Amino acid sequence: MSAAHTEAHDHHDHRPSGIMRWLTTTNHKDIGTMYLIFSLTMFFVGGIMALAIRAELFQPGLQVVNPELFNSLTTLHALIMIFGAIMPGFVGFANWLIPMMIGAPDMALPRMNNWSFWILPFAFALLLGSLFTVGGGPASGWTLYAPLSVQGGAGVDMTILSIHMMGISSVLGAINIIVTIMNMRAPGMNLMKMPLFVWTWLITAFLLIAAMPVLAGAVTMLLTDRHFGTAFFDPAGGGDPVLFQHIFWFFGHPEVYILILPAFGIISQIVPTFSRKPLFGYDSMVFATAGIAFLSFIVWAHHMFTVGMPLAGELFFMYATMLIAVPTGVKVFNWVATMWRGSITLETPMLFALAVVFLFTIGGLSGLMLAIVPADFQYHDTYFVVAHFHYVLFSGSIMAMMGATYYWLPKWTGRMYSEGLGKTHFWLTTIFFNVTFFPQHFLGLAGMPRRIPDYSVQFTEFNIISSIGAFGLGLAQLLFVYIIIQAVRGKNEKATAQVWEGADGLEWTVDSPPPYHTFETPPTVK
Amino acid sequence: MSQMFCSARSLLRIAAAATALFPLSVYAEWGLNLPPPSTSVASRILDLHNAIMIVCLIIFVIVFGVMFYSLYAHRKSRGHEAHQFSHNSKLEVVWTIIPFLILVGLAIPSTATLLYMEDTTDSDLTIKITGYQWKWQYEYLDHDISFFSNLSTPRAQIENREPKGEHYLLEVDKPMVIPSNRKVRYLITSNDVIHAWWIPKFGVKKDAIPGYINEFWANVDSPGTYRGQCAELCGKDHGFMPIVAEVLSPEDFDAWVEENKPKQVASAADMTAAGAEPAAGPAASAEDVNREWTMDELMEHGKTVYFQCIACHGPDGNGIPPHFPPLTGSEITVGPLDAHIDIVMNGKANTTMQAFKVQLSDVDIASVITYERNALGNSVGDLVQPSEIAARR
Repeated sequence: MSAAHTEAHDHHDHRPSGIMRWLTTTNHKDIGTMYLIFSLTMFFVGGIMALAIRAELFQPGLQVVNPELFNSLTTLHALIMIFGAIMPGFVGFANWLIPMMIGAPDMALPRMNNWSFWILPFAFALLLGSLFTVGGGPASGWTLYAPLSVQGGAGVDMTILSIHMMGISSVLGAINIIVTIMNMRAPGMNLMKMPLFVWTWLITAFLLIAAMPVLAGAVTMLLTDRHFGTAFFDPAGGGDPVLFQHIFWFFGHPEVYILILPAFGIISQIVPTFSRKPLFGYDSMVFATAGIAFLSFIVWAHHMFTVGMPLAGELFFMYATMLIAVPTGVKVFNWVATMWRGSITLETPMLFALAVVFLFTIGGLSGLMLAIVPADFQYHDTYFVVAHFHYVLFSGSIMAMMGATYYWLPKWTGRMYSEGLGKTHFWLTTIFFNVTFFPQHFLGLAGMPRRIPDYSVQFTEFNIISSIGAFGLGLAQLLFVYIIIQAVRGKNEKATAQVWEGADGLEWTVDSPPPYHTFETPPTVK
Repeated sequence: MSQMFCSARSLLRIAAAATALFPLSVYAEWGLNLPPPSTSVASRILDLHNAIMIVCLIIFVIVFGVMFYSLYAHRKSRGHEAHQFSHNSKLEVVWTIIPFLILVGLAIPSTATLLYMEDTTDSDLTIKITGYQWKWQYEYLDHDISFFSNLSTPRAQIENREPKGEHYLLEVDKPMVIPSNRKVRYLITSNDVIHAWWIPKFGVKKDAIPGYINEFWANVDSPGTYRGQCAELCGKDHGFMPIVAEVLSPEDFDAWVEENKPKQVASAADMTAAGAEPAAGPAASAEDVNREWTMDELMEHGKTVYFQCIACHGPDGNGIPPHFPPLTGSEITVGPLDAHIDIVMNGKANTTMQAFKVQLSDVDIASVITYERNALGNSVGDLVQPSEIAARR
C-alpha cells in the first residue's frame, strides 16, 4: 500500500526528475537532505583547512604555509565550520524532523525554504573564492576585528558579502521554523508536549532572528569604513575599534548558543530512547533552554575582558557569565537522571550522546574558568580558549549531529547502518578528538597564544601530539561517509517503522523510509 | 599470541623511529599548569586557577561517577527494568541552588583579586608601551628614554636553514628594562591595529588599542629575564613580535637609566622646535649626522638596518604583493629620490608602512634608503647623506 501511495503522490506532485527536482523542490525532506549533504561537504572543506593548520604547527619553524595563508586558513576554517557545517547541519535536521515531530505535512513556507537553502552554495562559493583573489582570503580571524580587517584586500569584501548572504539564509530559515512550529502542530500537540528538539529549535530560531542582523550591521559598517570614508572603527576619524567588538560579540555570544541548543535537543531525544524512560524534568529542560537564551544576550563582553573595560563592567559580565552554569548544569543533571534506573543499551547514537554529555561538560567547566576575569587574563587568546571552544563545538555540536545521523538515518533511508562500523567510527572519533584537543589546554596554560603559525620550542611536544590526533580525527570521518553511503544504497538490513525499541514520538509512527509526504491528515496527539 | 608480541615490537620500533625523528628530550618541558608566578598578581591568579580547577574536578567526578554507575548497573543486558519516573521537584530545586552557592563561593575571591589588579595607584615608575605591526615601543615617561624592541631571531632559523636557538621567537634586540620590587605602571596603546601585551609569569595581559590608553601594573619579585608574546591577532607577523623584560635590581636599574638617558641637554630652541612631537627619532650623534658618508659606509650600515624591512619586503626585496610591494625595480626605489625619502620617513596612510622617522635615526634612514636603491637588484647609483634627512625633519 505504501508503495502505491507514494507513486500516486509522485504523479499528483508532477515532481521533476534529475537536477531540476533538487533545484525546484519545496519538500521539507528533500531540502533537509540537501542541507545535510551541504553541511557534510563543508565539514570536509573546513576540516582540510584544519589539517593544513595542524601540519604547519607540527613543528616549530615555517614549513607548509606562509603566515598570510595561515591567517586566512584559521579565518576560513572557523567561518566554514560555523556557518557552513554546524548551522546548515542543524537546519537540515530541523527540516527533516520538525514537521514529522509535530505532525505537520511540510514546513509552513516551502518556497522560502528552497530559497534559504539555495543561497548557501553561492555564499560559500564567494567565501572560498576569496582565497583566489589578489591578496588572498580574509586573514583577520573569523571575528574580523577592526582595524585589522580594514587592511585586507578584495577577499575581505567578498567575505562581507558572503556573510550577508548567509545571514539572509539563516533568518529566512528561522522565520520558517517559528511559523511552522507556531501554526502547524497537530491537534493536541500543545507547546509543553513538543519534543525537546522542537523546543530547542524554536528558541534557537528566535536567537537567530535577533542576532544575525546585528552581525550584518557590524560587517556593513566595516564595509563602509573600508570603501566609503566612514570612520566607525577608526579613532583617527572619531571612531572606536572596541565598538566593533561590542557589536560583533552581541551577535557572537547568542551565536554560540545557536550552535549548541539544537544539540541539547538532540541529546534530549536520544538519551530517553536508549534508557527506555521518559526524559527527566521536561519542564525544567524547557525553562533552562529559555534561561540560557536570555542570558546569552547579556554576557557578550566576556569575550573581551582584556580590552580595558571599567571595573563595574568586568564584574557584571563575570557574574552574568557564571550564572549560565546554573541552567546548563540543570540540563546535564537531567540527562544523568534520565539514565538513572533506566534500562540502558549502548547503540552508536547513545554512545555519541554519552560522549557529548561527558565532553561538552569539560568544555562547559573550562568555560566557567574563562568567566573568572583575573584567570581569564591568563587564558585569553591562548590555546586554552581553542581547546575550550572545540570541546563545546566539536564534542558538543558536531558529535551530537553524528549521533543524530545514526539515530535517524534508518528512519530516513529505511535501512539500518552497520552497527560495528558505527561503533568503530565513534571510538576513533572520540579518542582522536581528545588526543587533538586535550593537550591544547596545557599549551594555553604554558603560554602559547592562538593564531600563530610558528611557536617557540617549549611548545613542541604537545603540538606534535595534537597534530597527530588531528590527522587521525580527519581520516576517521571518511569512515562516517562510507557508513552513510552504505545505508543510503540500501544494501543493509531493513529498518522497521519503530527502529529503536525505546523510541517515542510521531516520527516513529510513519514508515521507514517515510513517504514523500507525511501527515497530510494530521494525527491526533493525546 | 606471538603475532600480538610481534606487532607490539614493531610498534615499539615505530615509536623509537619517531622519537629519533623528533628529539623530544631536547625541548621537553611538558608544563601542565600556568608557569610559576613572579608577581603577586600572577600568584593570586594561580591560586584562583587552582581553586576553580579543584572545584570543577570535584563536580565532574561526582556527576560522571553517578552517570557511569548508572551505565554499569542499569543496563538492559544486566536485566535492569526501567523505572518510569520523570520528575522530582525537591531534587531539581536542590541541584539548582547548590551550583548557585558554589558560584557565589567562586565569585568572592575572584572579585577580590580583580579589585587588587585594577588598583594602579602609588606606582614607582610609568612606562608607555605602543604596539606597532610588528614590534613594541617602550617609553620611560619619567626618564625620557624611548626605544623600539624587535624580534631578533634570524630568518634562517624561522625558515629551518639553521638549528633553532633556546629562545627561538622569544628574543628581541632591545628588551624592556625594569626594576624588581617596584610597582611599575604601564600605559598601553597602539599605532595601527590591536595588539596585546602579555608576559605569562607577570599575570598581566592587556590589549593595545589605537585611540585608547589602557593601564595595568606589575611588581616583579626578582631580577631575571621574562618572556612573552603578542596575544591579539595583528596580521602577518603576529607570531613574530615577542616581548622580553629584563628585570634588574633597583640599583642596577638606576645605573641603566643613567647610562641610557639622553646625553645632551637639549637647548630651549630645540625644545620649541620639537614642540608637541617629542619623538624626533632616536638620536645619532651630531658628528655622525653632519659628516660626509661614503657609499660603502652607507651600504654597509644600510644592510643591517634593512633587517627591519625584511618582514614585509622580503630578504631579496621581492615583497609579498599586493599588500607588501616589492622593492626590486619599484617606482619608489628606482624613481625620484624625494618620494623614496618621503615614504620611508612618513609612511603611507592605511597600510602597514610606518613613519620610520620616529623609529630610526638620520644615519639609519639615509643608509637604508641608499641600500634599497643600490642593492636588492637595484643600481640607481645615488646616495643620501644623513644631513639631508636631518634637514627634512
